[in-house]
Amino acid sequence: MTDILDPLDAIEKLEPIEDIGGVAQPLLKVNGLTKHFPVRGGPFAPSKTVRAVDDVSFAIAKGETLGIVGESGCGKSTTARLLMHLMPSSSGEIIFDARQVGRQLSLRELRRGMQMVFQDSYASLNPRLTIEESIAFGPKVHGMADAASRVLARELLGKVGLRPENFANRYPHEISGGQRQRVNIARALALSPRLVILDEAVSALDKSVEAQVLNLLVDLKREFGLTYLFISHDLNVVRYISDRVLVMYLGEVVEVGPVDEVWDAPAHPYTRALLAAMPSSDPDHRTQVPPITGDPPNPIDPPKGCRFHPRCPFAEPLCSGATPKLTELNPTGHQAACTMAIPGSGHSRAPAKEVQNDVDET
Amino acid sequence: MSNLVEVKNLNIRFTGERTVHAVNDLSLSLGEGEVLGLLGESGSGKSVTLRALMRLLPKKRTQISGSVNVLGQDVLALDDDGLSAFRGQTASMIFQEPALALDPVYTIGRQIAESVMRHEGKSHAEAQARALQMLEVVRIPSAKRRLDAYPHEMSGGMRQRAMIALALACKPKILLADEPTTALDATVQIQILLLLRELQREFGMSVIFVTHDIGVAIEICDRVAVMYAGQIVEQGTLSQIVRTPLHPYAQGLLASTVHGAKRGARLETIPGTPPSLDKAPTACSFAPRCRYAQPRCVEALPPDVQVGPNRTARCILAEPIADGAAPARAADAVAGGLDLA
Repeated sequence: MTDILDPLDAIEKLEPIEDIGGVAQPLLKVNGLTKHFPVRGGPFAPSKTVRAVDDVSFAIAKGETLGIVGESGCGKSTTARLLMHLMPSSSGEIIFDARQVGRQLSLRELRRGMQMVFQDSYASLNPRLTIEESIAFGPKVHGMADAASRVLARELLGKVGLRPENFANRYPHEISGGQRQRVNIARALALSPRLVILDEAVSALDKSVEAQVLNLLVDLKREFGLTYLFISHDLNVVRYISDRVLVMYLGEVVEVGPVDEVWDAPAHPYTRALLAAMPSSDPDHRTQVPPITGDPPNPIDPPKGCRFHPRCPFAEPLCSGATPKLTELNPTGHQAACTMAIPGSGHSRAPAKEVQNDVDET
Repeated sequence: MSNLVEVKNLNIRFTGERTVHAVNDLSLSLGEGEVLGLLGESGSGKSVTLRALMRLLPKKRTQISGSVNVLGQDVLALDDDGLSAFRGQTASMIFQEPALALDPVYTIGRQIAESVMRHEGKSHAEAQARALQMLEVVRIPSAKRRLDAYPHEMSGGMRQRAMIALALACKPKILLADEPTTALDATVQIQILLLLRELQREFGMSVIFVTHDIGVAIEICDRVAVMYAGQIVEQGTLSQIVRTPLHPYAQGLLASTVHGAKRGARLETIPGTPPSLDKAPTACSFAPRCRYAQPRCVEALPPDVQVGPNRTARCILAEPIADGAAPARAADAVAGGLDLA
């Protein structure tokens, strides 16, 4: 590997990232994030748009773990890629610790503060770099001296439970999937980031290895004071690791709230279906009726109004009209975008305007 | 209950640049109308076992020994004509990725009709009618229109339904399912599982269902065989395996599921990684990761202990504690003593 900087300029240690906004300022705030992909039709067909992420807003507090769940095509991975600026967004702003990305915060600074672990542990490592070189690469780009970055890489390997003397000089193809994912986590931590985005980071692992990596993530979070954005389709994993959870459907946020509250009293019928679709854990009480029928629709030209209404058992004519807005249900921050949860929306199951918002359980 | 499938001492080696002992001394049986789950992690040999039952493994690089008997036929001895009659009519298979398993250049209707014409000698019109009927059986909406659809025009769940329709078109006695719901979304997975359960009852088929997901196994299986390093380490009814696993690996696998774990609490894990399988096992393959390992675990192969009717565990811990003690009792005592929950 070539040296990136003149050795004289190289530094021994990366300065920790300063906290700017204070405790009350969310570490990450996303406003109206949107990504539309144009799709060309045939020569005479009108071009279409995949509305992969549509007006998504959320915030992640310092030190919390926010889980994002949803089925394939719901836009959860696109959201992660937009946050990392791996693709340009169509519109929307991203504010990292009180500084708007692109205006007050450069991409280079953002990527020191925010790192990502991908699902495919093999594809996300350079096959021609040893594990030690892969981990040391980021710090070197940010000006660390070669020797210092290698020391750091070995130290991090130890932190993720891989003995540096056995693993540092191996190549990605020489180690198992669980070990590779540990390497990816070590690489993400090499720049001492504050936010780590885990995009289906444990989904490809076997169950017993998945548990090991989840334990590791919990330990690292405590040790380094990290904040996680945890994306997964596995609801059990999300419940275990997250403080708050955000449910996406066809590019939109349909429900967000503290994880136990969403699990115990899901307000959106899609969340309810998703929870009911989890396989049973009791051989004597198997699932008898599928919670919803049909496949998730194509995000090209999604349904008008509430995007879930064609599959929703409670849909009423007004659901295909206006898109329901994310509405606060109670002071804990539990929000849902469903006419049934919005007081006085006109849906027959909606709570009356003044009455306490208890969710209609069916 | 007569056994449709009887596998005895099956060994499968892949040869080539390096040798892989993928399946080692595996025996299993499948009764009429029964759903047997093969549960295990990647590399445990569950898919290889399934493919061996269909003789789908590459001939040149595979050495198979042992016996595979399906409905009185010796599958390992079948010639090409015999095999092609066997596949689809006696036993049929569905795969994890329907987009790869279906032929992209023929319509769904034509693929189903072809198999009906080939196996049952029906006319084209009759076969088309059967194809339509099958698409309705698997509940594909507007089935008539879908007959002329190509696989790429369908969604993942729809393709999986089409593949099930194709597999069941000739009413096979045995359905082999290789993780058919793994690639599907949660809300679609449960629909396919319930559909398979219903069709299994309706057609009276026997099913071998390979999965790595205990939740999926719970939804569909009657009996479960837990696999590790190419061997069945434990076999029993679904509730026996889920409630009182005897083999330390089965216990660890069940304990390490995240389901219901409290936030902040540490998850039970199995330390280490599975063995590489480049040598045939001479001792318990799980011993290096086992917390109850004893010196004799690494000295010789563990016995396949018959714990009860239809229940076996390949572990010395499942052996009767004293001579004369009823084996099932002793095993229960062991299970109670080792219970991790």
